Amino acid sequence: MALARGLLFTVLLLVAVVLQVTFFGYFSYDGVVPNLVLLVVVAAGLSRGPELAAVLGLVGGLAIDLAPPADHVAGRWALALVVVGYAAGRVRHDAGRSTLAALATVAACSFAGVSLFTLSGLLLDDPAVPVGEALAVIPPSVLYDLLLSPFVLPAAMRLFRRVQPAPQVAY
Amino acid sequence: MSLKDPRRRPSRSVLAVLCLASVTAITVDHQGGEDSPFEPVRDALGNTLAPAQESAAVVARPLTEIPDFFTSNKSLRDDIAKLEAENQNLRGELATTSVVRRRAAELDGLLNAGKESGLALVPARVVAMEPAQSFTHTVTIDAGTSSGIYPDMTVINNRGLVGRVIAATKRSATVLLLADAESVVGARLGSSSEVGFLRGRGTVDGDARLDLDLVDDAETPGKDDVVVTWGSRNGTPYVAGVPIGIVEAVFSSPRDQAKHAVITPFVDFSSLDLVGVVVNAATEGDRPVIQAGELPDPDEED
Repeated sequence: MALARGLLFTVLLLVAVVLQVTFFGYFSYDGVVPNLVLLVVVAAGLSRGPELAAVLGLVGGLAIDLAPPADHVAGRWALALVVVGYAAGRVRHDAGRSTLAALATVAACSFAGVSLFTLSGLLLDDPAVPVGEALAVIPPSVLYDLLLSPFVLPAAMRLFRRVQPAPQVAY
Repeated sequence: MSLKDPRRRPSRSVLAVLCLASVTAITVDHQGGEDSPFEPVRDALGNTLAPAQESAAVVARPLTEIPDFFTSNKSLRDDIAKLEAENQNLRGELATTSVVRRRAAELDGLLNAGKESGLALVPARVVAMEPAQSFTHTVTIDAGTSSGIYPDMTVINNRGLVGRVIAATKRSATVLLLADAESVVGARLGSSSEVGFLRGRGTVDGDARLDLDLVDDAETPGKDDVVVTWGSRNGTPYVAGVPIGIVEAVFSSPRDQAKHAVITPFVDFSSLDLVGVVVNAATEGDRPVIQAGELPDPDEED
């Protein structure tokens, strides 16, 4: 069962990656597309907690880093999404209840994710992006993520809750 | 404490391990460069996702027309009047022009580009674009090594130079766009044959611009002068004589050693679709190579 769940999550992340670079590439705002993988990771964090979300963040991040046409150093999105997943999982008891709090979490996570990715790029000089250009990309990407979250977040959270392993009594 | 205990505090060690894993990946890939152990994984993932990317692009292309549905009534009436007039013209044209040729208007432009430049081209379509959040401007095309496409090949479309191939898997290839900040192309002014280096600015939207630094500071590029590729040894990564853009403005400052020109590229990088990869004329692959000299004239067929 655990293997099937893992497989399902991997396929879900890969679908998100393909949609992100291919499908939404046609609906980009100045090249900015919604980060679907980030939304899936946040949904996992809000519904299942930081551990699963961080693991999904690593896998999904690596998928973004390695799937064509990505050309940056592998692991940069992975690092950003691990932190995002963990953070979303930590606030799930407060943010999982109201829609507004969930949206605020998405906005914060999206901002943190893009910022972490940009910072790691600045550190590695890969590519050398001027800070001004980086700052111009962050607001539309946060907005686009917010715009898409009502469509992605509830469905993804329902999926994560449904495939939850049966609760075990540990003591 | 059991991992299944619902009341346990979230473990910091999981975060630490996953962060370390990411940092390790970054280090390994950054140090490895071209020989990085992630390169085979990139290839494998590219091959696996290629069919999915192609089909997603097929679904998305018609949907880009949806915004046009929301135009106002008045503009629709104007459009109808315009279209009716155009329709009349087209009826006349239909008698003389081959239907196939009009349907493939874009391909036709590409054919002509190959014909005029004397190049052999493999046609391909753009199926994925790198998000702006990643700050690299690359696209994926739906043809790869099985069609004879390898890294360091020139990519053009019917308007001019698009970029070069930087990675290729069996069924797809990654193209670094001219407008990327990492892209440097040797360029030549059409009028004076003066050479210089052309750099992208890292923006691909409607007003994408390129910066040209001329080697000889005595030379001043004229406005609207056409810039073409200078060409590299054996035509890799850029073949010579492909049009790039026109000079929009020229700047010079005393502390710079060279004149600095701003170039408007011919290619619209935000709406790339059909492109051609310049290959060796003897290439044999799973799709036909458009040969420059031996192109059948479409008018002779009907």
